[in-house]
Amino acid sequence: MIKLALFILFLPLLSFGLQIFFGRRYEDKKGEWVSVGIQFVTLIMSLSMLAMMLSKYDPEFAIEVHRSWLDLGLFKIDLGIYIDNITIIMLNVVAIISSLVHLYSTAYMAGDVRYSRYFGFLGIFTFSMNGIVLSNSLFMIYMFWELVGLSSYLLIGHWWEKDSAANASKKAFITNRVGDIGMFTGMLIIATVLGTFNFQAIAERIHDGMWAANAGMLFGGIDPHKLLTIAGVLVFMGAVGKSAQFPLHVWLPDAMEGPTPVSALIHAATMVAAGVYLTVRIFPFLTADAMATIAFVGGFTALYAATVAITQNDIKKVLAYSTVSQLGYMIMALGTGAYVAGFFHLVTHAMFKGALFLASGSVIHAMHHSLHHLHDHETDAQDMRNMGGLRTKMPITFAVFMVTTAAISGIPLFSGFLSKDAILAGSWAYAANVHDGWLAHLHLAWILPVFGFGAAAITAFYMFRLIFMTFYGEAKKPKIFEHIQESPKVMTVPLIVLAVLSLFFMFTIPSLNPISDHGWFTHVVQSPESAVTTGPAFNLEHFEHALHAAHTPAMITSLVVAGLGILLSVLTYLLNKISAEKLATRLGALYRGSYNKWYMDEFYIHGIIRPFLKGCDAVGRFDLEYYDHYLINGWGRNAKRGSRGVGFADDLIVDGAVNFSGIIFQWLGWTLKFVQTGKIQNYLIYVLIGAALLFVVNVF
Amino acid sequence: MDHLNSYLILSAILLSLGLYTVVTRRNAVAILMGVELILNAANINFVAFSKFVTHSLDGHLISVFIIMLAAAEAAVALAIVLNLYNDRGHINVDEANALKQ
Repeated sequence: MIKLALFILFLPLLSFGLQIFFGRRYEDKKGEWVSVGIQFVTLIMSLSMLAMMLSKYDPEFAIEVHRSWLDLGLFKIDLGIYIDNITIIMLNVVAIISSLVHLYSTAYMAGDVRYSRYFGFLGIFTFSMNGIVLSNSLFMIYMFWELVGLSSYLLIGHWWEKDSAANASKKAFITNRVGDIGMFTGMLIIATVLGTFNFQAIAERIHDGMWAANAGMLFGGIDPHKLLTIAGVLVFMGAVGKSAQFPLHVWLPDAMEGPTPVSALIHAATMVAAGVYLTVRIFPFLTADAMATIAFVGGFTALYAATVAITQNDIKKVLAYSTVSQLGYMIMALGTGAYVAGFFHLVTHAMFKGALFLASGSVIHAMHHSLHHLHDHETDAQDMRNMGGLRTKMPITFAVFMVTTAAISGIPLFSGFLSKDAILAGSWAYAANVHDGWLAHLHLAWILPVFGFGAAAITAFYMFRLIFMTFYGEAKKPKIFEHIQESPKVMTVPLIVLAVLSLFFMFTIPSLNPISDHGWFTHVVQSPESAVTTGPAFNLEHFEHALHAAHTPAMITSLVVAGLGILLSVLTYLLNKISAEKLATRLGALYRGSYNKWYMDEFYIHGIIRPFLKGCDAVGRFDLEYYDHYLINGWGRNAKRGSRGVGFADDLIVDGAVNFSGIIFQWLGWTLKFVQTGKIQNYLIYVLIGAALLFVVNVF
Repeated sequence: MDHLNSYLILSAILLSLGLYTVVTRRNAVAILMGVELILNAANINFVAFSKFVTHSLDGHLISVFIIMLAAAEAAVALAIVLNLYNDRGHINVDEANALKQ
């Protein structure tokens, strides 16, 4: 199993190496199929792991191997692989989406300027994502966390000649960095108190009271429970960045500048789910307050992003905000304690959102072809206002769109209904039964179901709006419409596969009840008990009890709100009974707010980035004009003066002494040279005088 | 005339004359003559001391050696003088001062 996991981890890295170093040479010789092949090999390996898991069918299954990586005596960092059912399911999600996206890209990206490099980057992304999934410790997850950030950056900026793409990649990278700072700080707090990064060890040590014993002593007498809340929320900040939660969601809609298959793989199905995956991993050591924070952030994001998605006209932007909204659902689920539902929604969402993105890619691809045919470089191929009536031209894409939209809107018989319903029931149960955490203390817990059901209604509305605007009605640009044709098989086959994976029975086998999520998934994934012993925390027993009671009312409400959303959408966009324009003018401020994404980007630019830059400028000027001028340069000037004095003394005294002795000897030499006459007789006289002197001295 | 002092005085006079000649004369040959005088002053001393003080023939023997040595020295010195003359056209030691500073 471990060997298999290592292969799954490193094969995509091999694909990256091959494409980067040799890809260019084989670009015209089908070199990309090496990567596709490698990806399908890992898919087969992942599926065999899934088969092993299903044959064991053991909720407690877990294996771990680790090797010491850094040994500093008292402080050790191990790197290792942890495999449980969740890992295996995630590996399959990544492998399925990644291999299908590889296949799909061979057609979608055909003729691209950096074709082989694109496949290389897909490889390194898959490698890093598998690394996150297989990590056994916060530290290792952090390493791969940055690697997926890097590959996301590289792929968003794939068409870096476009300013918007280059800026979007920067924005994604920097926004993620904000979250990662929190994550890193949280990790360090945990490692300082417990001396380990390992997930299992952290939970065990907290459970055994090590946190309560150490935290206060190490952090200046702080209440250990509070510190654990802080650490949990800080680590969760990483998820806020990566999973595009409010207020760090701004990068994800911009990330749509990347190629559409990349949006499907990274910015819908897998990488953005890494934040949810991280929250799943840290779930056992979240306190009630941390969970309340997480639930609130998730719930708010779900509703907020849904309201933005209503008014967007760019097909990918709608899907992007829908992704943010669905990620908010998952996060909210984990915050309310609906652990299984959160992870379940991650998996179902990966399938149907992957399909939605790939299907929208198919539409965009067709639009591009048509525009190319007409030599039209002005019209926006992604703007839904240029589409319409496409269902007759692109029947497969349309069918896939219908299935997956039904899934995301929460219609029975599709996977999204099961997972979304579980989440909503979870939030209902939380509101009804949980009395710990600040949300409950402020009597605000009912806000979570409100967020959840509100987002559900809006989701149904805007998804059907997308369908109606794209596939129904009159063709808005008949000329373009004429040249639209269905995408090639390598693109439609992945769509069909993902659409099939969005059907409910894929997740409920052996049960075939379309309104109950009981099946293999809920059997192998089961919520862990909370390890927190320092204060109020998640109580599994209470929660499941409440969940049981909340199940039926939540399901009915969710069906009603989804139906309302769809009905409104049908009336507005299909039957034109309600005019969207009139509605927009009547709701002027609301419409403008939604259309402009509630001015979050403007808020960041004017509220944070500009003042920050100004602050930087001021500090820089202070540095230059005061610090440099007075302190540094002043120091220099004084030193110059001082050394001039010292130099003068040097000249006068030290050099003077040296020169003086020189002068003496010069004078002596000058004087004595006259003795050397060259006349032998003179010398003889000197000898005689000397001899005479010696004689005189000796005798007297 | 068989008193030691008379010989020593003679020897001193000869030495002085020889030194005077060596110091004052500019002609190289004349200087050589002075040198001969000095050597012979020494000879007289040797002979006188061996006759009056040691009563042996050692001094006489050494005198013979010195005379022979003087002859050899004169041969070398005259060869140098001859070369000097060939080189410069005179044998004036005053002007043979190429070693001056």
